[in-house]
Amino acid sequence: MSITESDKDVRITTPADVCGMGHRMKRKEDPRFIQGAGHYVDDIKLPGMLYLDIVRSPHAHAKILNIDASAALALPGVLAVITGQDLKAAGNLHMMPTLMSDTQMVLPIEKVVYYAQEVCAVVATSRYIAADAVELVKVDYEPLPAVVDPFQALKDEVIVREDKEKKSNHVWHWETGNKDATDEVFSRSSKVVKQKMHIPRIHVSSIETCGMVADWDKINEHMTIYMTSQAPHAHRTVVSLVSGIPEHKIRVISPDIGGGFGGKVPVYPGYVCTIVASLVTGKPVKWIEDRSENLQADSFARDYHIDAELAADANGKITGLRVKTLADDGAADAAANPSKFPAGLYSIGTGSYDMEAAHFEVDAAYTTKPPGGVAYRCSFRVTEAVHMIERMTDIMAHDLGQDPAEFRMKNFIKKEQFPYHSPTGWDYDSGDYHRALRLAMDLIGYEDLRKEQAEKRQRGELMGIGISSFTEIVGAGPSKDFDILGIKMFDSCEIRIHPTGSAIVRIGVQTQGQGHETTFAQIVAEELGLPASAITVEHGDTDTAPYGLGTYASRSTPTAGAAAAVAARKIRDKARKIAAYLLEANEEDLEWDVNKFMVKGSPTRAKTIQEIAFAAYTNFPQGMEAGMEAVNYYDPPNLTFPFGSYICVVDIDKGTGEVKVRRFVAVDDCGNIINPLIVEGQIHGGLTMGLAPALFEEIVYDENGQNLSGTFMDYLLPTSMETPKWELGKTVTPSPHHPIGAKGVGESPTVGAPPAIANAVVDALWHLGVRHLEIPITPPKIWKILRDNGIDED
Amino acid sequence: MGRTVKLTVNGQEVSREVEPRLLLVHFIREDLNLTGTHIGCDTTSCGACTINMDGKAVKSCTIFAVQADGRSIETIEGMAQNGLHPLQEGFWEKHGLQCGYCTPGMIMCANAFLKENPQPTEEEIRWAISGNLCRCTGYVKIVEAIQYAANKIQAQAAQPSETKEVVA
Ligand code: FES
Ligand code: FES
Repeated sequence: MSITESDKDVRITTPADVCGMGHRMKRKEDPRFIQGAGHYVDDIKLPGMLYLDIVRSPHAHAKILNIDASAALALPGVLAVITGQDLKAAGNLHMMPTLMSDTQMVLPIEKVVYYAQEVCAVVATSRYIAADAVELVKVDYEPLPAVVDPFQALKDEVIVREDKEKKSNHVWHWETGNKDATDEVFSRSSKVVKQKMHIPRIHVSSIETCGMVADWDKINEHMTIYMTSQAPHAHRTVVSLVSGIPEHKIRVISPDIGGGFGGKVPVYPGYVCTIVASLVTGKPVKWIEDRSENLQADSFARDYHIDAELAADANGKITGLRVKTLADDGAADAAANPSKFPAGLYSIGTGSYDMEAAHFEVDAAYTTKPPGGVAYRCSFRVTEAVHMIERMTDIMAHDLGQDPAEFRMKNFIKKEQFPYHSPTGWDYDSGDYHRALRLAMDLIGYEDLRKEQAEKRQRGELMGIGISSFTEIVGAGPSKDFDILGIKMFDSCEIRIHPTGSAIVRIGVQTQGQGHETTFAQIVAEELGLPASAITVEHGDTDTAPYGLGTYASRSTPTAGAAAAVAARKIRDKARKIAAYLLEANEEDLEWDVNKFMVKGSPTRAKTIQEIAFAAYTNFPQGMEAGMEAVNYYDPPNLTFPFGSYICVVDIDKGTGEVKVRRFVAVDDCGNIINPLIVEGQIHGGLTMGLAPALFEEIVYDENGQNLSGTFMDYLLPTSMETPKWELGKTVTPSPHHPIGAKGVGESPTVGAPPAIANAVVDALWHLGVRHLEIPITPPKIWKILRDNGIDED
Repeated sequence: MGRTVKLTVNGQEVSREVEPRLLLVHFIREDLNLTGTHIGCDTTSCGACTINMDGKAVKSCTIFAVQADGRSIETIEGMAQNGLHPLQEGFWEKHGLQCGYCTPGMIMCANAFLKENPQPTEEEIRWAISGNLCRCTGYVKIVEAIQYAANKIQAQAAQPSETKEVVA
């Protein structure tokens, strides 16, 4: 556990053998993963287990005339074919609620509304037989016209959801900020820039797809569900509400999860079918989707069509922001947002800049595409907001002929303005934006790069430098505003100290690779002085873990991380009482030092936490409850606002139009750091998931609503060859309201990176009259610009 | 109709009757219960299923079990002999994994690669693992993990043979 030079800002108060916050502790969970002993859903094998596979629609929009399952049922090994009619008969299970209080089909009865939609489910004794049976189900369709473009959809020529009372594809309208004040600011601002942009539909594509094993125990009327779930408790509640099985008779286990990124928050039709199949057959049933199903039918992310205007005064000081947006919901509003926020936290779009007024309007439309609106490693639409404001800022700077770094410095919210009340109503907790950008500029050698760029431009070479200075908003969230399906978005931690001084910590959040088994042990080690190695962290089993809302939107550290610290402090309070008793001293005369209470002024009179823990079971004061445990359900007073400044250097190949990311410096500030090694890993991964939509990834549909990016051969994840060697820097500005001053980090880089890259590419081409490029910036887009400008290899 | 396959798996002889269409990855995971080898796609794109067959890295989702007849395969479960393999150690030390789903495939890919190229450059490592997707780590720390292993293997090889036992 060495402390490297780059950790000089990281606060460490415990010795290496305790390994509290700030230590580069190797992950406790790794031994099982590196030896092939991880335990993922598809690794579960129960006696007599059946397999479920799904018949999917080849049309984006079609009437179902008939489903003939006779040939499938005749195949030896096939036990059942479940249709929408069957689900309807079983108590209207053919429809289910979405997280946004809309409804979504589990299996259709009358028509399908997206390509690859689940049409019926086949249950068989083996994976291979189930797949054979899928081929044998004959479905007659009458194709209907697809509507792929949300602007077209708003004309209501084709109605996607005829099952709804309102015969319109317009789903909702939402606004925030102050319209009149914003209009007034615009009317007196001398400079206004406008830009339309599309944040395209993308897919999280965790390398593990989604799946479930449902195991109905007829005799005990008990359902055990193993599921790729980022939110096992919430899913247990949903299963109970939908199925009618009492909640204490349902146990949801989320084993090791092979990446989540938001894609394992929603309830998919396949899950419901699997539960029904187990209920019907009385056997355990496994369903594991394949990659094409995952890409074609699971929840997408983004798909926002943005129309933005940014205003500034004559000195180049930003004055206001006006944004209209159309969200393409697909065939249902199944976004994974807190209930009161149909467009998530999109109104963070004033970003890192101080301005007088802002106004956001968002409308949503149904189209014949899969429903969704999940995170893709982002806190509820923050990525869309940040892309918009960082592109707009850059366009404004370029238009004014000002250096984009200088322009940002001039417009940043100043350190002394925190806590800062934004024009859309958020209270930013803390920040030092100037420092982060200055550090990024120093690390990359900004001034020299600008000189190099000028020289290269003389020679006709295309090089660009792009900046993104983002503000995130994470840690949902305070219960007065934040709930999902009515359940408040607190989170929880329960700590139990054993007599010999080791401990178990159970949390309501759910790791999918973030390293909770290590970081939560470090938080408790920090607070109690028990070695992190002596603390087991457990999660993902609803029978044992305290209720929590799960892990997404970078909320684990801000919510459950705080709960862990608060629960540990409750234990310390009790420890003080026991120590006073053992030392025959007054509680007030004791002081805490790393892992022990000692009498002020006489450090030899001390009791370690281990001694105190033993006494809690063997020798405690009369009238005190035995044991040493505490639980906390933490309701955060505010969100946290991580921030950072990223600078990207790109070179453009004039022959192919390919963008090469030459360098990328990321300075992140996520408040106090629990484990720098894990933070670095999170940032590397997040940056790569920011690079992806900037240059490669997009789910594309043709005019018939057919998915053209349904495999990893068409939907391009960055490989080791495209991913640059990320260069990291950090500043540490603790959150003032969080018990350990941490803010959360997993998503900042995904949010901050795309505009840095897009800005760099536009910067390289600005002199050719390019003001904006839609992401993903693929070689053909640039190639065309270069050819239109008569630019060739030589 | 079943066909008999005989092969060596992690040094042990195995003989089983299989359907001719059974994929090797399903044979490994379901017939042999070696679930460390994973599945992440259906187009031979992700490499989560990578194993070593006669010393070469292969994607076991694109081979039938019957094609492994008479061969010797190695999976992640066979890597740790008298303690962790230097690659496993490297992935742990350098934080080369997050969710762990791609990890066995990455390690097996690197294992075959380091035998061919024991002292690779960063660029060569990147090229070697370019058929294995990782969604979590951004590859930088995976590359460092493989460099760590290469150095460690070199150092072990350089040691006089009588002390080798102790180190392993
Ligand atoms: S499972 Fe993806 S390459 Fe084999
Ligand atoms: S560690 Fe999650 S896919 Fe590589």
